Amino acid sequence: MTYFPEEVVEHIFSFLPAQRDRNAVSLVCKVWYEVERLSRRDVFVGNCYAVRPERVVLRFPNVRALSVKGKPHFADFNLVPPDWGGYAGPWIEAAARGCVGLEELRMKRMVVSDESLELLAKSFPRFRALILVSCEGFSTDGLAAIASHCKLLRELDLQENEVDDRGPRWLSCFPDSCTSLASLNFACIKGEVNAGALERLVARSPNLRSLRLNRSVSVDTLSKILMRTPNLEDLGTGNLTEDFQTESYQRLTVALEKCKMLKSLSGFWDASPLCVPCIYPVCAQLTGLNLSYAPTLESSDLTKMISHCVKLQRLWVLDCIADKGLQVVASTCKDLQELRVFPSEFYIAGYSPVTEEGLVAISVGCPKLSSLLYFCHQMTNAALITIAKNCPNFTRFRLCILEPGKPDAMTNQPLDEGFGAIVRECEGLRRLSISGLLTDKVFMHIGRHAKQLEMLSIAFAGDSDAGMMHVMEGCKNLRKLEIRDSPFGDAALLGNVAKYETMRSLWMSSCTVTEKGCQVLASKMPMLNVEVINEVDESSEMDESHGGLPKVHKLYVYRTIAGARDDAPDFVKIL
Amino acid sequence: MEAAVGYVSGDADSLLMATELRLGLPGTDDQKPKTTFSPPATPRGKKRTADAFEDSAAAEEAHKEADDVEAAPPVAKAQVVGWPPVRSYRKSCFQAAAATKSKANKKAEDATSSNKTTPSAAAPAATSANGGSFVKVSMDGAPYLRKIDMRMYKGYRELREALEAMFVCFSGADTAASNPSEYAITYEDKDGDLMLVGDVPFDMFSGTCKKLRIIKRSEATGLGSK
Repeated sequence: MTYFPEEVVEHIFSFLPAQRDRNAVSLVCKVWYEVERLSRRDVFVGNCYAVRPERVVLRFPNVRALSVKGKPHFADFNLVPPDWGGYAGPWIEAAARGCVGLEELRMKRMVVSDESLELLAKSFPRFRALILVSCEGFSTDGLAAIASHCKLLRELDLQENEVDDRGPRWLSCFPDSCTSLASLNFACIKGEVNAGALERLVARSPNLRSLRLNRSVSVDTLSKILMRTPNLEDLGTGNLTEDFQTESYQRLTVALEKCKMLKSLSGFWDASPLCVPCIYPVCAQLTGLNLSYAPTLESSDLTKMISHCVKLQRLWVLDCIADKGLQVVASTCKDLQELRVFPSEFYIAGYSPVTEEGLVAISVGCPKLSSLLYFCHQMTNAALITIAKNCPNFTRFRLCILEPGKPDAMTNQPLDEGFGAIVRECEGLRRLSISGLLTDKVFMHIGRHAKQLEMLSIAFAGDSDAGMMHVMEGCKNLRKLEIRDSPFGDAALLGNVAKYETMRSLWMSSCTVTEKGCQVLASKMPMLNVEVINEVDESSEMDESHGGLPKVHKLYVYRTIAGARDDAPDFVKIL
Repeated sequence: MEAAVGYVSGDADSLLMATELRLGLPGTDDQKPKTTFSPPATPRGKKRTADAFEDSAAAEEAHKEADDVEAAPPVAKAQVVGWPPVRSYRKSCFQAAAATKSKANKKAEDATSSNKTTPSAAAPAATSANGGSFVKVSMDGAPYLRKIDMRMYKGYRELREALEAMFVCFSGADTAASNPSEYAITYEDKDGDLMLVGDVPFDMFSGTCKKLRIIKRSEATGLGSK
């Protein structure tokens, strides 16, 4: 192969888009390494501290699409203190210096400043797509800069970010010459937008396929917009709460009927039940439906809507749907692949109208189900065993029983056998979150059977170090392990230190790991960053009953070739 | 005797704290540093506290229980940080929902919901429960309001007793012997109307009640049958 001209090798590599394959070929020889790196278009960095941005840019100067992730997953639940890190600045600055051909940037759980957004907007003449997920640190002024300067912008997708709203000006910053927008999602912007500017922007964007509005957009504006976008495939509604005149709703129905390509619907912020009939015309063509922000819709409203959605593949709802509502889903949505049932109340000892029965019904009616996120207040082993038999195709199974450590609701036993059935039957399982009363046995099952597992989330589970060690030994493909409030200590942490180099990261909080154990890990494995995160008010509550050694409150371990990071705050100690 | 004196002085701080007047049930004090009241190592220390200071022993037991069972404290309604695992973004959207629902409280709740939008990881655990169960209780003539968790009460009688206990300190100012029957308990429902408490089944009431108001009976004419 080395006798082929480089252009031919490069052409062959163009058939290998997957990063894993490209990483593999670049190890073959120096020539291939060079050809590969200069022709690499997509780079994915799973942990922004695993490698220095300058190094990425130096190796892949012709990258077009860069994707970077920052904070660990548990940051979503306020377990990572603010100012921990995950700054986008260095990445954007390095890219601005080293790869000006950048066209797409995706960032998740990172801190992005307005200055960085402005630099981004001005540095890449071919920039087309900005996707920010669960990020923070920027305001609508930064968005204004993007709108003003990115002449070829096709995609601006803001998902669940904390954005400082400085007024509606930003939307008007898209110049009249900007006609390339295909995807616009500003659902997380809290304030008003200028309806006229929005309508004009939509009118001059013939390629618009995906539009997600925020809750300030009125029904009338929505109707007007929809009349202009017959090719829309994905819509996030605006405000559907007010006591509308019937006329407004009729206009909405007429407008929706025009959208024959519409496949996916979301938004429904606090939607009024009055809006439900308006949606009927499009229900039959929907493959995706997100009603998880509509606590005002009761089970009967939801079932009325869903009973029309025969093609549904992805459904996100609140637990108000109740078990009987899930039965309607099971009998209607035979193609269902992904289901998420969120809690409508966040009180841990509270009541949820969904139980194991709803999930069993789903498993019976929807055998294609492969991705699940289910919050409920009770579960049984019998139900889990049935579910596992009915749905062997699970790739993602996340079950959250609201009360930590709650046993099988019928037998009062731990839920070890139930989850054991899941990992045994679902051979393709890549992601698992467990909850309820669980002993070390469940980890034995996981270690033995979950061979494809890549991400495991553990909370309030296990009896001893053996639990974690089963997982570390058995799960050959494990990449991310996150644990909270479980009795795993130094023996578990140090049981298989070499494994951490095969994983992206380990998170342990409120476990029984001590600082001594962390130091041992750090000294044995120089290619890991061992971050001990101690918040000031927590440190005085260190439980000193474990041999007098202060326990580590939060631990974050990740492999890296960048060494210790230099932007860590005071409360983070890198060993 | 000297040795006993030694123990007394060693525990002096903790004994003082045990007799300190405090608002709250025994065992719910988080501020108390654990090292101050180290478990008495010898029976003598324990006996001393048991014999001479029964209250403090009770407080110690209750406090120990609270330490051991962090997720299920004595009042059985705890908030565990970051649990259930729901994104802060989703929780903050629900708080905005609660604000738009209650028209009368709109100003106050907008103020609180704008606080939530700052990306602070130390979101106070109590606020995430605001989305459903905590309601404000105001009393005519009282200088400040209180908040109660509707889920703590199984019926009207419990609720009434709790409210009486909560506001008894205020009614002493004007009249020598405050009479609970002088007051009527009213509530604001989802539509913002002022209703007399007690007409509908308790479960229905606790679901629709947004705010409680204790008003003088003389002003309660026209609200209900009695």
